[in-house]
Amino acid sequence: MAVLGDDDRRAAEAIMARYPDGRARSAVLPLLYLVQSVEGSVTRDGLREVAELLGITTAEVEAVASFYTMLRLRPTGTHVISVCTNLSCALRGAADVFEAAHEATGVEHGEETSADGAFTIHEEECLGACDAAPVVQIDFANHDRVSPERMHELVGTLRSGEVPEPSRGRAQKHFRDASRVLAGAEVLAGAEESA
Amino acid sequence: MSDAAPTPRIVTANWGNPEVFGIDGYTAAGGYEALRASIAMTPADLIDVVKASGLRGRGGAGFPTGVKWSFVPQDTGKPTYVVANFDESEPGTFNNREIVEREPHRFLEGVAIASYAVQSHLAFVYCRGEFLWPGEILEAAIRDAYARGVFGASVLGSGYALDVVLHRGAGAYICGEETALLSSLEGYRGQPRLRPPFPAVEGLYASPTLINNVETLANVPSIVANGAEWFAGIGTEKSPGTKLFSVSGKVERPGNYELPMGTPLRTVLEAAGGMLAGATLKAWTPGGSSTPMLTAEHLDVGLDFESVAAAGSLLGTGAIIVMDETDCIVEAARRLVQFYAHESCGKCTPCREGTWWVSRVLGRIEQGYGRGEDLPLLDELGRNILFKAFCALADGAVSPIESSLKYFRDEYEAHIAERRCPFTGKGPGAQAEPETEMSEVSA
Repeated sequence: MAVLGDDDRRAAEAIMARYPDGRARSAVLPLLYLVQSVEGSVTRDGLREVAELLGITTAEVEAVASFYTMLRLRPTGTHVISVCTNLSCALRGAADVFEAAHEATGVEHGEETSADGAFTIHEEECLGACDAAPVVQIDFANHDRVSPERMHELVGTLRSGEVPEPSRGRAQKHFRDASRVLAGAEVLAGAEESA
Repeated sequence: MSDAAPTPRIVTANWGNPEVFGIDGYTAAGGYEALRASIAMTPADLIDVVKASGLRGRGGAGFPTGVKWSFVPQDTGKPTYVVANFDESEPGTFNNREIVEREPHRFLEGVAIASYAVQSHLAFVYCRGEFLWPGEILEAAIRDAYARGVFGASVLGSGYALDVVLHRGAGAYICGEETALLSSLEGYRGQPRLRPPFPAVEGLYASPTLINNVETLANVPSIVANGAEWFAGIGTEKSPGTKLFSVSGKVERPGNYELPMGTPLRTVLEAAGGMLAGATLKAWTPGGSSTPMLTAEHLDVGLDFESVAAAGSLLGTGAIIVMDETDCIVEAARRLVQFYAHESCGKCTPCREGTWWVSRVLGRIEQGYGRGEDLPLLDELGRNILFKAFCALADGAVSPIESSLKYFRDEYEAHIAERRCPFTGKGPGAQAEPETEMSEVSA
């Protein structure tokens, strides 16, 4: 079955048109985000469709996708929780926050996705918000100065079907919607109002 | 610095006014007038202004910006591209993000001025993927700039055409390296390329390309508005202007602080409220994790390119990570080297293998399983990585290793002698059987 529907294909064409003539390959990352927004990860079918759109081989697309950590080639939770554990966050207690993420989501140590498929958690390298350490992203929305207790609250909010209010900007409903924004498929209407 | 002189602000000058977030507020505050003035000049004169200002790249390398602009040839018959590097990922660095979150149009005005200077009609902003929200801000700001005729077929009615495209990365530190960034933007794995040819000559799509950092570009409108002399009069002679220092770790008020180049660490720490809860400064990085750590002995080192280099480190991105007397240096070094092991693109053996082995060795020392021969081994591993790889990522990985061994060798020796971390107490301890094996290696 096709991964991309008609609307998605129109979005894909618009994304490719941002690059100069003959340079559509530059769109490989946004197109991979687009298929990720449909399936929740990048599957074989997704790789194949991106390859068809760009006129390159599936292997070439996979070579790119496997290089970038935000493109998920494995089954991925509805929500992706990234805990920065690089030095600035580590100095402010990030190890305990990551441990709390394990406890709250039920993801086993050494695993990354919970058995119920609700959560993927991982240690993130520096998220560029070290003034707010320890920093956590939920589906790429920032949460500042997260304590272990706060991590439990955030996961509890997600479990109840709500989207926790991020520290800045706006949050997406889940990893799939965040991937759609990353693809550039959504036009932001209200940046000024929400800032 | 004179006591009486007010602190000059450039990239944060308007931060007190939240209205400058949007295009109306930015324009009301004089925004895009520098672009208008720039387009009234010849590109050559504009480049001369930036050259005369002495502005140097704020992304880490400190290369003179105007000189970089002048390297872009105009007679190749190929299109010329501008790429703004917003792949901010050097650990400890968050100044580009705040510039974009507070005043995106200042940065975009810098993009437009740079584009005109090198006569480019297509500029890309390479935005780090994890910066979901800053990317949305830029998408909206770019759209607003088109709507007001700032970008598009005739920039501010001048007849000069400029398109600006936001391009998001997908989670790879190496893409901050300019040739890796170009590979990524062309749709490939983000691996660095051999230089020469330099991007100015053969960059994006093998065409002349100018690549500048966000903070660098955010300085440009003020230079055009106030003149090269004004800018050159701030900071030090060889490192003019200000730096937006990102201060994190064990300070009372982590954040970005704009201060003149050459400001001593002592003053930057005071701006950040001093050490957290009265702790004692132990170690700090002047410019992110790729720059060698310094210590409390270096409190009065001026933070400019020359003074930091003279002290044995690098100004880098001006990202100051502060550690206090309760922080274990071995663990800090391990954490930083693990980052490089994770982010190594895999192209060069010394980097790919070396960072992995160093993080293993640091891991066992931290956990109390270090051996007497580990310290010479670390020295040797560092020597075999430094300057042996294609790009500077590998050299950055050596900084925490060499500098921590240089200043805190006794702390490494204590870990090995006591067979535990003296700070956490974790490890088998000196009383354990010598053949005790490490149960778990963090790498």
